[in-house]
Amino acid sequence: MAVATIAAAPTAIAGGTEADTRRYTAGATQIIMGLVMLLGFGLGTRTAHGASTTFGMTLVSKQGTHVPDWVFPARPVIVALAVVVVLLGAARLAVQLPRRWRLIGTSVVLFCFTFAFMAWSAADPKGGERLILPSVLDSMVIAAVPLVLGALGGVVGERSGVVNVAIEGQLLFGGFMTALVGTATHSLWIGVIAGVLAGALMGLLLAVLAIRYLIEQVVLGVVLNLLALGVTGFLFKSLMQTNQNSYNNLTPFTTVRIPGLASIWVIGPVAFDQPLIVYIAVFLVMLVHLGLFHTRWGLRTRAVGEHPAAADTVGVKVLRLRYRNVMLGGAFAGLGGAWLVGNVGNFTENMTNGKGFIALAAVIFGRWSPFGALAAAALFGFTDALASQTSSLQLPIPSDLLTTLPYVATLFAVAGLIGRVRAPAADGKPYIKG
Amino acid sequence: MRLELRGITKTFGSVAANSAIDLTVEPGEIHCLLGENGAGKSTLMNILYGLLTPDSGQIVVDGQTREFTSPGDAIKAGIGMVHQHFMLVPVFTVAENLVLGNEESRGGPLGWLDRRKAKADVKEVSARYGLPVDPEALIEDLPVGVQQRVEIVKALMRDAEVLILDEPTAVLTPQETEELFTVMRGLKAAGKSVVFITHKLNEVRAIADRITVIRRGAVVGSAEPTASARELASLMVGRDVRLVVEKEPREPGEVALSVRGLKVTDDRGFLAVDDVSFDLHAGEVLGVAGVQGNGQTELVEALTGLRAATGSAELFGRQLVGASPRAVLRQGLGHVPEDRQHDGLVPDFSIAENLVLDQFDNKPFGGLLTLDLDAIAKNGADRLAEFDIRAESERTPAGALSGGNQQKVVVARALQRDPSLLIASQPTRGVDVGAMEFIHKRIVEQRDAGKPVLIVSTELDEITALSDRIAVMYRGKIVGIVPPDTSNEELGLLMAGGSGDEAEASLEAEAVEPVAEAVAEPDIEAEAVEPVVESETPAETGQPAAEETPAADQSSESADE
Amino acid sequence: MSDRLKRILAGIGSANTVTVTVLAFVLSVVIGGVLMILSDQHLLSQWGYFFQHPTDALSGSWDKVANGYTAMFHGAVYDPHAKQALRPIENTVVDATPLVFAGLAVALPFRAGLFNIGGQSQLIIGAVCATWVGFTVSAPMPLHVLLVVIAGMIGGALVGGLTGLLKARFGAHEVISSIMLNNIALGVLAWLIKTKAFHDPNRQDAISKPVKDTALLPAIHGSSPELNFSTVLAILAVLLVWWVMSRSTLGFRLRALGSNPDAARTAGISVSRNQVYAMLLAGALMGLVAVTQISGTLSASHAMTTTLDNGIGFTGITVALLGRGKPVGVALAALLFGALDAGGVAMEAATTPTVPHDVVTVVQAVIVVFVAAPKLVQEIFRLRDVRRGDIKGSGTGAAPSVAPATAVDSAAEAV
Repeated sequence: MAVATIAAAPTAIAGGTEADTRRYTAGATQIIMGLVMLLGFGLGTRTAHGASTTFGMTLVSKQGTHVPDWVFPARPVIVALAVVVVLLGAARLAVQLPRRWRLIGTSVVLFCFTFAFMAWSAADPKGGERLILPSVLDSMVIAAVPLVLGALGGVVGERSGVVNVAIEGQLLFGGFMTALVGTATHSLWIGVIAGVLAGALMGLLLAVLAIRYLIEQVVLGVVLNLLALGVTGFLFKSLMQTNQNSYNNLTPFTTVRIPGLASIWVIGPVAFDQPLIVYIAVFLVMLVHLGLFHTRWGLRTRAVGEHPAAADTVGVKVLRLRYRNVMLGGAFAGLGGAWLVGNVGNFTENMTNGKGFIALAAVIFGRWSPFGALAAAALFGFTDALASQTSSLQLPIPSDLLTTLPYVATLFAVAGLIGRVRAPAADGKPYIKG
Repeated sequence: MRLELRGITKTFGSVAANSAIDLTVEPGEIHCLLGENGAGKSTLMNILYGLLTPDSGQIVVDGQTREFTSPGDAIKAGIGMVHQHFMLVPVFTVAENLVLGNEESRGGPLGWLDRRKAKADVKEVSARYGLPVDPEALIEDLPVGVQQRVEIVKALMRDAEVLILDEPTAVLTPQETEELFTVMRGLKAAGKSVVFITHKLNEVRAIADRITVIRRGAVVGSAEPTASARELASLMVGRDVRLVVEKEPREPGEVALSVRGLKVTDDRGFLAVDDVSFDLHAGEVLGVAGVQGNGQTELVEALTGLRAATGSAELFGRQLVGASPRAVLRQGLGHVPEDRQHDGLVPDFSIAENLVLDQFDNKPFGGLLTLDLDAIAKNGADRLAEFDIRAESERTPAGALSGGNQQKVVVARALQRDPSLLIASQPTRGVDVGAMEFIHKRIVEQRDAGKPVLIVSTELDEITALSDRIAVMYRGKIVGIVPPDTSNEELGLLMAGGSGDEAEASLEAEAVEPVAEAVAEPDIEAEAVEPVVESETPAETGQPAAEETPAADQSSESADE
Repeated sequence: MSDRLKRILAGIGSANTVTVTVLAFVLSVVIGGVLMILSDQHLLSQWGYFFQHPTDALSGSWDKVANGYTAMFHGAVYDPHAKQALRPIENTVVDATPLVFAGLAVALPFRAGLFNIGGQSQLIIGAVCATWVGFTVSAPMPLHVLLVVIAGMIGGALVGGLTGLLKARFGAHEVISSIMLNNIALGVLAWLIKTKAFHDPNRQDAISKPVKDTALLPAIHGSSPELNFSTVLAILAVLLVWWVMSRSTLGFRLRALGSNPDAARTAGISVSRNQVYAMLLAGALMGLVAVTQISGTLSASHAMTTTLDNGIGFTGITVALLGRGKPVGVALAALLFGALDAGGVAMEAATTPTVPHDVVTVVQAVIVVFVAAPKLVQEIFRLRDVRRGDIKGSGTGAAPSVAPATAVDSAAEAV
């Protein structure tokens, strides 16, 4: 049947000026990265005089098989990697590759760049400097956990159409309650549960004010962060500071070693000898992914975030689902806060220090998907870890600037230079019936 | 299934949207709900579908009183609805949209989606009713007609016995409308009832088994499909109405706007205006007719600098393509945008401020830095009186005005600047008959003052009443420029792209001049324009076509939402 | 009773703007009081035997809260026991001054439909520029101050303008890009402070060189050395922003695109250009906050530290909300918040056991929540709906929040 289409007179012209622009930008960026590697790292003074790179391969803090240091000549390796990156960039520039290959290419480029940077930073003619790779990865895991959990909270809320700028406050309040309740009950895990509930409570507050009282959601998030900062700061000073032992003193998490897996070469101690919450976080990422894309809950959640009226007309309870999801998201963030406290054993004022906002960036950088959020959080955590681990190596690049790299990357992402990111269509828009 | 509505009443504030409405839908009938925009049809249907709760009254299904507090209840009772704005999630596949809210799951606390069964179900239902849809396709990639089909399948998959179609033809070509009618007849044959909401009389007469007419929230009568359009129209609007525009014949002047090879792409990167060329003369009204979404919007946006384009459009020799909206306005454009809410008015601004929205930095209203608030206020008061804008004062925010008065503000803004070119899109959308006559009169005054006027409207009667020539757009091309006495049937065929052999034949036979020729040989075009001495609409001359097209048909598509 | 009086009384009883604001303040003070009680272990134990000796708990709680707020009042408005009885109100004005700039920096783009959450970065870069000019340039006193002020404004405007440009040119949502810029600015600041160019060689900690004495904002009168010229600048800024928004063509454009950007564009107003202008102005205003932080008389060091922004960029958001986006409203809101700040510090010093001044942050946040949700206040106090026509969109029965429609749904559409 010849149904004429009206809206789409589909004579697509040229079909992709935007794709072309993106190709050029990506290709050029990769070539520039390659040149930076070549001139800055490979041929720079740090790698001169036959300098060699030393990577420590054993995590001293955890038990595991001792792996000898990895030493290799710095300059030839870095130059080789630089050449690979330049070639990949040129290939990207020259041809429109399919999505799969673009992704692989970008990953390889990022890996080469990172490796070259690390090789350069640990290069020393005398061989005295070393960078302990598992240590970098271990710090990455520790830094990434609250980001993953916070971002997961954001994903669940925003997929159903409620913007969550209050992740920061949820982390903070979750952490505070973990410390308070955990110390009072002498049980870290009861504290963790309290932290999760506290996060959910903050989520409920966000949901009620955004859904029922229609406060603009970004503004609301900022204000709730302020509220959490005020309440926790006030109680910290009036209760915890004066009486640390009865309100703010926990035994930190102990690691849970998974037999067998934890003995894997280099990776084992990092990936399979961590506190329980690390495994829970990864498990939650998988669970939310499966939930969002393979269950009734997920289908409804996404429908409510994209077109709430459509969901409503087929009998989906839009507001109820939003309440639940925002609370669930708050609970995830609360767990992230519990991690922050449980990792060190006590709460300090404003201890989140902007991590909630970084988690929000991870939501967007990860394109509102659980695994995307995980990858973004890992990237952010990795840069953070690298900056702190290389700070003792006296690099010409200040570690303070290094830590800003993820934000620069996200900035490019939202500016559409690394591909357009599309939020759920109804994200941040209250649903009013009728 | 027999559906009865008894004494349904619903008030919003002090306005009664529905008062004591009774309606019975018998099994296996196509029941038309006819009424002007704002008559309360959609409110009634939203009550029936559980989206609104009535203040009083009952919904009775097969003799049992039911209460619907949510659409879920209505669906369970066997009621399905195809909304005017489709209730489909654009980034979902057809299958996902169809199972949403009614998911088959393989157990578990969360409910694991069974996609394979979903696809099979979709295929089964679409085969049973002859409504082919691809379960894997993304909604946003589908044309409007197919999306509508998905909506119908959605209702059928929920075992709807009564299907409500809310203004389903608003976005369809005549041919697509015919196909929809075939589907509706098929549903009727399968024992389903259809409630067909519309304000288009000829459609009612073509398809209805029974007709209920609603005016101002109340049932004013029912009619047989054999009733004449004139009878239906007077029932619907409550009085005899004819669309008459007093218009003296007039010689068109020099070419004012010359458009050559204009190409415009829409938001999605598709070519929406495809190599369009035409001339607009001083002292002439050129009407652009077409089904909504055939490139008219993009054409106007290109001419007013709001959308990038290639090709050429010269206004008195000055290029409009590539100019900014501001530069085009500086050349004296008066622009009545298609959607006053969206593009015309700043709701928080006062009437006075809205009236100078395009000239606030020109004398006497302001300069480089400062505004002259007194001059702006005085202008507001003057226009309020001149255009009979009903408001407390010129300080009233535009957002607080009724639709008709808002439209008057937008029209007043375009006309007060004594425009060198007037472009008016849907100039009378959603306004009452009085305001419509007034606006039409002012547009003809511009033409009589020797100004070039471009009118874009999806309402054929408005086009035929106002225009000196009619350009018909279809899929981004101007498929013909015809005189205003062309019959609606012929225009309808053109608007459908002249598809089908009949249409092609009639196109060849009739005095429809091909555009390319008109552009290449201006002399011929001028000749073709000359015979336009028609000073009245067909309605006044009493031709049979008049009955098909009462003024009520002209009212807006949007106000009834 | 005269009709006029009746109308006024009816107005107070309905959920209008003033009533909602006042009640929001009352509620937040109550919540602050509850927090004070909760934080006192002694009081909590008294509440534990409430049913045996209810008076203990009640009078103890009353004393606690009353003492706290009295101390606050003494610290913020008027202290009968102090030598200079009006000194507290000067403290309030000093504390309010940066909040005025910050509030305006959020309110102005708000009216243009943009949400400025990037105050932190604008402030930081403004401070970097101002400080640099402050310790490198040698100029006589009034000129040097002027140069510092201009440098601060330019620095802030650069960051603000960049946000606007990213939005206008690339469609990057200003909320997200601002958050990123905030973090980038923090990193840049942490790095700069340690560089040779900025770091104070006489100090071990992370602090920049102090600005020269010629770059300090002059004090207004001797008895209160803290009250300085920045307050005059703040008053000028309020007047200027008021003039821009209500009397200038630029303000007309900004308001138009804040209320309906599509209609503005159709009427020939360039959306992207004016978005950049709005953010440039906002950044410049935030730069003035930086100047008060560096060259003002409050900070003893007159130098940059990593915490120089002190959260003012975010507080500006709450000030703008409370002031409902209007310049005079912002000034009043800033005064209230300034009073709370000044009072909070005084309260912390005057109470035993100490009531930390963080309670002020809670009170501020709670006021703003209630002001932004008039329906909530209306439900709590069972107020009548506002008369039709009093406030537009009275469907919810109460004053809408100040955010223009476009800012409201801005959060997601473009990211």
